[in-house]
Amino acid sequence: MAFKQVTSPHAHGAQNTAKVMQLVVWATIPGLIALTWQFGWGSFINVITASVTALTCEALILKMRNRPLGFYLKDYSALVTAVLLGLALPPLCPWWVVVIGTVFSVVLAKQLFGGLGYNPFNPAMVGYVVLLISFPIQMSTWVAPLALLPDGISHPDFLESLKLVFFGLSPMDGITSATPLDSFKHASGLTVDQIYQQDPLFSQAMFAGAGWEWVNLGFLIGGIVMLSSRVFTWHGPVAMLATLAFMSLVFWDAGSSDSAGSPIMHLFSGASMMGAFFILTDPVSSAVSNRGRLIYGALIGFLIFIIRAWGNYPDAVAFAVLLANFTAPFIDNYTLPRTYGHTDRRKATERLED
Amino acid sequence: MRQTWVTPGGVHPPENKLQSLKQPIGQLPIPHKLVVPLGQHIGASAIVCVKVGDKVSKGQKIADPSGVVSAAIHAPTSGTISAIEARPVAHSSGMTALCVEITSDGEDKWGSLTGIADFEHTSPRALLSIITEAGIAGMGGAGFPTAVKLNPGFQRPIDTLIINATECEPYITADDALIRERAEGIIEGIRILSHILGNPDNIMIGIEDNKPEAIKALAPHIQDTGINLVSFPTKYPSGGEKQLIYILTGKELPSSKIPADIGMLCINIGTTYAIKRAVVNGEPLISRVTTVTGEACGINRNYDVLIGTPVEHMLEYNNFDAQRCSRVIMGGPMMGFSLTSQKIPIVKTSNCILAPSVEEIPHNEPAQACIRCGMCAEACPASLLPQQLLWYSQAKDHDRLESHNLFDCIECGACSYVCPSNIPLVQHYRSSKSDIKKAQEEKVKSAQARERFEFRQQRIELADKEREAKRAARREAAKLAQASTASNTTADIVAAAQARAATKKASPEQELAKLERAVSSAQMRVQKAQDKLDSALANTETGEKINILTAALSGAQQKLEKANFRLAEHSK
Repeated sequence: MAFKQVTSPHAHGAQNTAKVMQLVVWATIPGLIALTWQFGWGSFINVITASVTALTCEALILKMRNRPLGFYLKDYSALVTAVLLGLALPPLCPWWVVVIGTVFSVVLAKQLFGGLGYNPFNPAMVGYVVLLISFPIQMSTWVAPLALLPDGISHPDFLESLKLVFFGLSPMDGITSATPLDSFKHASGLTVDQIYQQDPLFSQAMFAGAGWEWVNLGFLIGGIVMLSSRVFTWHGPVAMLATLAFMSLVFWDAGSSDSAGSPIMHLFSGASMMGAFFILTDPVSSAVSNRGRLIYGALIGFLIFIIRAWGNYPDAVAFAVLLANFTAPFIDNYTLPRTYGHTDRRKATERLED
Repeated sequence: MRQTWVTPGGVHPPENKLQSLKQPIGQLPIPHKLVVPLGQHIGASAIVCVKVGDKVSKGQKIADPSGVVSAAIHAPTSGTISAIEARPVAHSSGMTALCVEITSDGEDKWGSLTGIADFEHTSPRALLSIITEAGIAGMGGAGFPTAVKLNPGFQRPIDTLIINATECEPYITADDALIRERAEGIIEGIRILSHILGNPDNIMIGIEDNKPEAIKALAPHIQDTGINLVSFPTKYPSGGEKQLIYILTGKELPSSKIPADIGMLCINIGTTYAIKRAVVNGEPLISRVTTVTGEACGINRNYDVLIGTPVEHMLEYNNFDAQRCSRVIMGGPMMGFSLTSQKIPIVKTSNCILAPSVEEIPHNEPAQACIRCGMCAEACPASLLPQQLLWYSQAKDHDRLESHNLFDCIECGACSYVCPSNIPLVQHYRSSKSDIKKAQEEKVKSAQARERFEFRQQRIELADKEREAKRAARREAAKLAQASTASNTTADIVAAAQARAATKKASPEQELAKLERAVSSAQMRVQKAQDKLDSALANTETGEKINILTAALSGAQQKLEKANFRLAEHSK
């Protein structure tokens, strides 16, 4: 009898792409819980809206490209993009904002470039930046964190939230507030101590900024879970956080009115932790080698700080990541690891003598 | 404990070694027909030295090594040569190659064997020739002829001898079983190796810590031998030559060098036992320990199996269930190759026959896109970037592949093992390697062709030029001739004739010599005529005769006068 002929290796590890993607989704749960606890049901609704939109778009495009639906949908990559975008968008923002962002993420940034594995830019961040530039008002209206809600007022319940998101019925006026990064940026002329005393966003906070510190802690926990499951290596996130901390330390300026904010504030505000563990770790659009990822992460940390401190936007993770995506192939060319049996690292562009 | 070094990367697949170690090494009944391939080693195939119909005894040589890098082949049992023809052999491509088929006579009778009891007083050269004659080739997998390896030349002295007992691939326990049962013979083999290599300073047996029984078996025999037994944590692929060298010495084998270049030699532990058998017992390499394992086999066990035993014979005796089997692999699950047919015979490098069930090693899932997650790079023991190599391999970008050190890939399969997208990475690299090699060969070929073409062009040009020059000369001559016929007068013709005569006329010296010769010959004729006349007068001949002779004399005298005159004329 004839046997089946297969090339080695025959054994295969237990890991598969769908499992990795699922783990990323699970790892967002501490962050999502923190968001829901601190800011109400908005983020949860965002995630659901984005997920439905993403899977629909993915299926439509796969159909147009004549690809098997089940095989590709089951890789969960569209779901990851949707969840991350949903988490990044302001809670209780109108549904169409979420839908437009997701369409841009999945269709434009991912599928039009060839689908999973071929996107040069982080799809979720492409969607986010499109929205940030197109709909600045919706994108900068944030729900007030739990600690800052006026007495007797709470976040809208789930049904109320759905009405807000899908029909825009109830007014948001009483329950919105600036974000800590925003507030810090616009408090000119005050020393850090004065800001921390006067601004309830800081005075009501444990250590960084009301509400946001918990959200960042949630994403940090999720990140550590993924790191210990070896979904990615430590190089990118650690380099980014370390650079961000280092830059804020350099420009701390002893807490004067020129200070750009403390390292703790920068690390635990805005999208720092989510960016570090969920966004820049997207392997498709990042640098490939460990050394490359150190440089890539550091570059993102550096850009985030520059834009936060001196740019027009209070937060900058999306811009920083997209800019760094541009540099990834360039970084790759100069960061090949030293191969066994070679004394030197080589350059990817090295040409052999004919 | 001796220091060991840790290689980057590596994976920990389930070991699955216990099931085949429950029983000692077994013996299989001798198969009716054995198929012995002539190329079981790296290098040139052996040249058959028997004919169909010949009777052979066990251990009799049936093929001679061809050239330097080759190994002899011997009859694994006694019997009759029943065929010499191409058969499917153990090769990943499923190709056929020339094999000798022996129909066993069931007696399994050895020819005469002569061993050397006292190898320490035998010259290394003589021992090497015994190893060559015994047809020993590396039994760990590659099958490099051992005698060639043991003779690296004076410019490469060996100071470190590494015995590879790592056996890092899952399922395979052939070396483990061999060590457990035949540790003494193995150590004797290592001592023979040491003697041949001029007693290197360091002799190390490298073994993974998942073989405590084997370590225990070796320990008593290495005392006072200078042999170090070094165990290190189990990790695939620690048994790769490059990896083992680093683990044991902390040194890296430079790219595209062989261990002898840095004074080292790596020999598989099974090979050392074969060397002992060849030297001490005089037995050539005709059997080896092979693991038969996998859930599709009812019995998992090691066997001392004759080279040339068809795989089907082994499977049959181990309750093989073809229905449950996902594939039959020669070698391990990481680097072994699937067999196309169960007629394929065991060769010197076959350490394992693995017949896994479908649940054990499922059929390959379709590959998904590479998401560059980098798990492959984390697993790569050579610190390559497999994800980038895949990218460039698909793009057929040979320059980038080489700058990413594709040729340092040892094809261990760790990258494919961890790949969450089920991409057959190693297959891409194999294909690219052969593409690049082919392109290089073609480059050389086309350079040669160009050179030949250019030379031919040059030659043709030169010949054309010569022909053209000749033609031009002829044209010139014809033109001159035409010009002369055009102005033709009688005077000219006479002048031309005179000119021709003049050129033909001899020089004055030649003329003088000619005249002198004429004078002397005329003198001689006068003398002769005078002599004849004198003798005629003395003999009182008739008057008529006297008259004739007198006339001849006067004629000769006249000619002499004439010649003298001419000479005088000329001399004026």
